[in-house]
Amino acid sequence: MSVSEMSAKAVKDFLAEAEEILDQLCSDLGVMSDSVDGAECSPDSLNSVFRGAHSLKGLAGMFGFMGVQELSHNLENLLDSLRLGKVKLTSPVMTLLMDALEALGTMIRNLSEVGGVDPPIEQLVARINSAISAPGDSENDSIISTLGLPPSMLNALTEYEEHRLLENIRKSRNIFSVLASFPLATFDQDLAELTDILKKTGEVVSTLPSVGSSIESSIDFEILYGAAKNLDEVTLLIADTNATVRLLGNGATPPPTTASVVVGPDESVPNIQQDSSITAKSMSRTVRVDIGKLDDLMNIVGELVLSHSTISDITEKMRQAGYTGHLAELQKAAKGLERKLNELQKGVMEIRMIPVGQLYDKMGRIVRKISKEQGKKVDLKTFGADTELDKLIMEDIADPLMHIIRNSIDHGIEPPEERVAAGKSERGLIRLSSYQKGNHVVIEVEDDGRGIDLEKVKKKALERGIISDAEALSEREVIELIFLPGFSTSETVSDISGRGVGMDVVKNNIAAVSGMVDVESTLGQGSRMIITLPITLAIIKALIISTAGRFYALPITSVLESIMLHKKDILTVERKEVIQLRESTLPLLHLNRFFHLESKVNEADSCFVVVVGVAEKRLGIVVDDLLGQQDIVIKNLGAMFEGLHGVSGAADLGDQRTILVLDVSGIIHESTKGGGQI
Amino acid sequence: MRRILVTEDSATMRSLLIATIESCGDYEVIEASSGFEALRLLPREKVDLIITDINMPDINGLELISYVRKNANYTDTPLFIISTEGREKDVEKGLALGANEYLVKPIDPKRLQALIVKYIGS
Repeated sequence: MSVSEMSAKAVKDFLAEAEEILDQLCSDLGVMSDSVDGAECSPDSLNSVFRGAHSLKGLAGMFGFMGVQELSHNLENLLDSLRLGKVKLTSPVMTLLMDALEALGTMIRNLSEVGGVDPPIEQLVARINSAISAPGDSENDSIISTLGLPPSMLNALTEYEEHRLLENIRKSRNIFSVLASFPLATFDQDLAELTDILKKTGEVVSTLPSVGSSIESSIDFEILYGAAKNLDEVTLLIADTNATVRLLGNGATPPPTTASVVVGPDESVPNIQQDSSITAKSMSRTVRVDIGKLDDLMNIVGELVLSHSTISDITEKMRQAGYTGHLAELQKAAKGLERKLNELQKGVMEIRMIPVGQLYDKMGRIVRKISKEQGKKVDLKTFGADTELDKLIMEDIADPLMHIIRNSIDHGIEPPEERVAAGKSERGLIRLSSYQKGNHVVIEVEDDGRGIDLEKVKKKALERGIISDAEALSEREVIELIFLPGFSTSETVSDISGRGVGMDVVKNNIAAVSGMVDVESTLGQGSRMIITLPITLAIIKALIISTAGRFYALPITSVLESIMLHKKDILTVERKEVIQLRESTLPLLHLNRFFHLESKVNEADSCFVVVVGVAEKRLGIVVDDLLGQQDIVIKNLGAMFEGLHGVSGAADLGDQRTILVLDVSGIIHESTKGGGQI
Repeated sequence: MRRILVTEDSATMRSLLIATIESCGDYEVIEASSGFEALRLLPREKVDLIITDINMPDINGLELISYVRKNANYTDTPLFIISTEGREKDVEKGLALGANEYLVKPIDPKRLQALIVKYIGS
């Protein structure tokens, strides 16, 4: 099969899998970076990284992507040497691993995007080769032979497993053979439960399956297990399982067990039971699905919801017309259908949700990379990794979030000397936290750096001609200047800010997924950026409004409040209509005038104002009536209406009516650029 | 119809293997995405040929071969190892455990097809 014969779908599958492997590699490297220059690296994460590079190499080779294949091949060699203990995990090696991973990421992205430039890999390959020292002497087989392992077991050990076995022996751990038999139907969970118990106090070196007493119904496993425990302790450890254990060889003299690892029988029982529920879950059983399929599914669900309301309407009409026949049954059936539809809708929504933890892994890598480049010491603490967010929003938020973190390190966190001089700890701290707040997910990036210097911001804004008078501005207004196009307080444009984008772009990208960004800052103590996002874009709550006899939907996420307004409260300032709302002035926009509609009600004394806001901008939209809230599925209007201002799509209301959904940020944009009265 | 079990954890690699197998004759392919899945499938399914990767997350290919060769139903079933270049030691062990052939990634489709025909006919 040549590349040309390979279907586009296969390449797409490759890209999806490669991306998944890279994500996993990033997260594993994150774990490994904690054990640079010292603490022993977890063999599990090291092995997982090795396997990732290995799979990537195999895949790329199959597709003839030579660059990716070559680099991942070299990366695999380096990881293999690390795994087998021939190379030590030092800080330069870690940097090399991260650089290689980044280059792989760029190369794989370039396969799906036109115009990207592949990074030169010759230099990386040379660095990798010099990092791999000459292979050490072959391991001493005689050590292993003292264990008296049967050849059948010895032969099934891979080179890596042999190395792990030797490491365990060198550390004077005892080597045990744990035998267990499980029913064929559930052996994977049962085995995972057993190995999880074992892994708490030792290392599972190898798991060898063998035919059980009855081939059709059971399967036996012999686990090679290394632990600094004696036979009695291990026997106690697995007392609640059906496994048996024996000590291999003569047994080393185990170092005295410390109090913290001794598991008493009364403690171990609840622990094990709690863990068994976790193990069943941790066995990865995932299906990769194109998000387009989920969108289709969501559309169908949306249409089903509409069909259901049609049925309810007909039921209501029948009732009014005096039908009695099977009416009660019909109503009951419709009610049941509604309940099931709600469950279906919820289920489809949940499929789209992924934990923000996936985003955290990427950010961790960025923090390590940038702080290194900047010569700053920065720790990243993350909270709320389980918070779930729509996959599409997650993708769109990754870049803005990266820039915010870049900014925090670049402008916020001070160099170590400056921090010490200011009485802070040498290491800066960035807290990345997420939590759900109603129908929103809030992501906060908080640093303990120097904070935003308002005087400096004012000065810069004056210099750049962004504002003409700084005196009248409130603290809040000054901070918000940083979101204006072309603003930067950095005195020297560093490598990073040079590549970075302004906060205005960050803000626009967040607004594009109906999100908002706010900033709080205390001079000398740090800043906090608060990103508020809708949980999903697929189904949204909308406020249905009417003007000039037409109906529109306003996404509730951009509605701040709605108020009743008397005509006499409208003021005119510089030919623009405004109202005084609490302490601030709110510009008004008559929706009927925006869409050039004749209004009959507009002459009335009172109307409604819906206060909308995207990021820091606020606008009052004047409408005739508010008709309440409703869940809507936004549908695209198609390419023909792409240039349409102020409208983001259409939605069915369920009573056979289709209405337009307003694009709040578009309307705000139009109204501010118009200048004159609208 | 002849049945072939393909054990490989990478979905992309697996579907490429299957495409290659299916293009060379009328074979029924049974897929396993991990060693565990293969262990579960084997007692239930009659297979004529087993193709397995060595590097897999739960049990590795060598452990799978050792299981297969100890199982009376499969002592004579042809078994191919898929390996990556540079892992000769593991290949040697696999052959010692009773694998019949090995293929190195990237797989040469012609060689795979020839081997299948050689062992189980077309």
